[in-house]
Amino acid sequence: MHLMLEFGGGLELLCESVKVHNVNVDMPKGADKLTMKDLLAWVRTNLIKERPEMFMKGESVRPGVLVLVNDCDWELSGQLDTTLEDKDVVVFISTLHGG
Amino acid sequence: MESNGEGASRIRREIEALKDEKARIEQKILDLEAQLQEEASLAHQQQQSESVCNGCFPSVSAADANLAHGLTADSIYRYSRHLLLPSFGVRAQSNLLKSSILVVGAGGLGSPALLYLAACGVGRLGIVDHDVVELNNMHRQVIHTEAYIGQPKVKSAASACRSINSTIQIVEHEQALRTSNALEILSQYDIVVDATDNAPSRYMISDCCVVLGKPLVSGAALGLEGQLTVYNYKGGPCYRCLFPTPPPATACQRCSDSGVLGVVPGIIGCLQALEAIKIASDVGEPLSGRMLLFDALSARVRIVKIRGRSLQCEACGENTTFNQQHFKDFDYEKFTQSPLSTSPPKLKLLAPDSRITSKEYKERVVSGEPHVLVDVRPEHHYKIVSLPKSLNIPLTSMEARLPEISSALKEQEEGTGSGANLYVICRRGNDSQRAVECLRNMGFDLAKDIVGGLESWANDVDPNFPMY
Repeated sequence: MHLMLEFGGGLELLCESVKVHNVNVDMPKGADKLTMKDLLAWVRTNLIKERPEMFMKGESVRPGVLVLVNDCDWELSGQLDTTLEDKDVVVFISTLHGG
Repeated sequence: MESNGEGASRIRREIEALKDEKARIEQKILDLEAQLQEEASLAHQQQQSESVCNGCFPSVSAADANLAHGLTADSIYRYSRHLLLPSFGVRAQSNLLKSSILVVGAGGLGSPALLYLAACGVGRLGIVDHDVVELNNMHRQVIHTEAYIGQPKVKSAASACRSINSTIQIVEHEQALRTSNALEILSQYDIVVDATDNAPSRYMISDCCVVLGKPLVSGAALGLEGQLTVYNYKGGPCYRCLFPTPPPATACQRCSDSGVLGVVPGIIGCLQALEAIKIASDVGEPLSGRMLLFDALSARVRIVKIRGRSLQCEACGENTTFNQQHFKDFDYEKFTQSPLSTSPPKLKLLAPDSRITSKEYKERVVSGEPHVLVDVRPEHHYKIVSLPKSLNIPLTSMEARLPEISSALKEQEEGTGSGANLYVICRRGNDSQRAVECLRNMGFDLAKDIVGGLESWANDVDPNFPMY
């Protein structure tokens, strides 16, 4: 499944400062769909190069990270259970506090 | 025939004479214009009193129609370009003139926000800040001028606002916003603009807006990115609905550490002014339930849909008991594990015998003591300024580069017959402690750090050392 992943708000520093990643992610063995929970595990293994605790906490993202699936807060689509479709755009953004 | 020198001085005299005459004429024009304005306003007042006296006559003058909107002749002229907008017009401008807006923070975001809010005619504009203007603010905090360096930001910002618009009320709150004064200050305004720079302030301001029922225009900027949304507006989410758990303190970067391109908070601050104006004047669709994400490098603006009000929210949820008293008692610094003030944290990781002061280090350099100085700042910091003969090994890559430290120490020891000392320095003396702790665990038992880092070197040893 082809997905476009974007990291922002400083999270890109965890993936060698690359913000946009066009990736192909396979469905888990025996499953007929790919969920956000699967994708997070994939991202952690394949894209996060340092300080994984700055990206994840438990099986979800750490507090202060917004997850957007096709420009929509993942809270509105079922969070970890959100089912992903081919060509979906998933954005991970760390909330900023500076000014 | 006159010589060249005489010719030139004659021309100069003539120019001076013409300039004097020009100045005289310009002054005359100004005087006449003032006279004209005075006559016009006198005529205006006369019309007004006549229309009151002769109430039986139907209203015929245009001035009467305008007065019904509560806009004075000066206001009509000043805000004419707003009034000409069919979707804004007299109604929105009158709303704006009757509104009150508080801007918390007169920094990178607050500067443009305040300038536009003052210019557009917000009736009462409040400014909260406890900082003073510094030289390293100037590149982004465009409301302040060099003449105000060392003076309170509130004073500087208020004076700039007054010089743009003397007809509105500017209120100075020269104090740090705390739970002890926030309720009293925020309750005096219709709308709050969060232009602060740290996580505990953001939670505190949002909670205070929730208990007082005020809409909150929240902006943030760091590096080359910005974010903007409106909280607690007509049933929309509050900051805690979106971020019920605070992020780890290590994830909260500050402009003073990570840097920020000046124009980025400028853009977000302008958008904050825009959202505040929309709410105050009751036009358009405020950015509630949506968030604007700005990426300066790729020139992209993304507007995303965010969750609505959370029923479980501790501040604004259905069964919450959070009230003004809870707010007053809440410890936001403890909650977020980070300080409300912008002053950098002072880590105390090492025992005193594992540290030396910058003055002591200077003495050791002068006495020719064999040693290695490792500077653990990131490479782009090191490029700004560094101490002579220091070795730049950033903290993040130190473990992999220990052999470089070993060989540098060996080089120093050659021919001396005794051991060389190992010192570690960073910008302020926090990372250097982390580095020494790591070095000691790796067998460099004598490693010591320099208390207060390069900042203390600049303060206590070399006042000409550039600081950033």
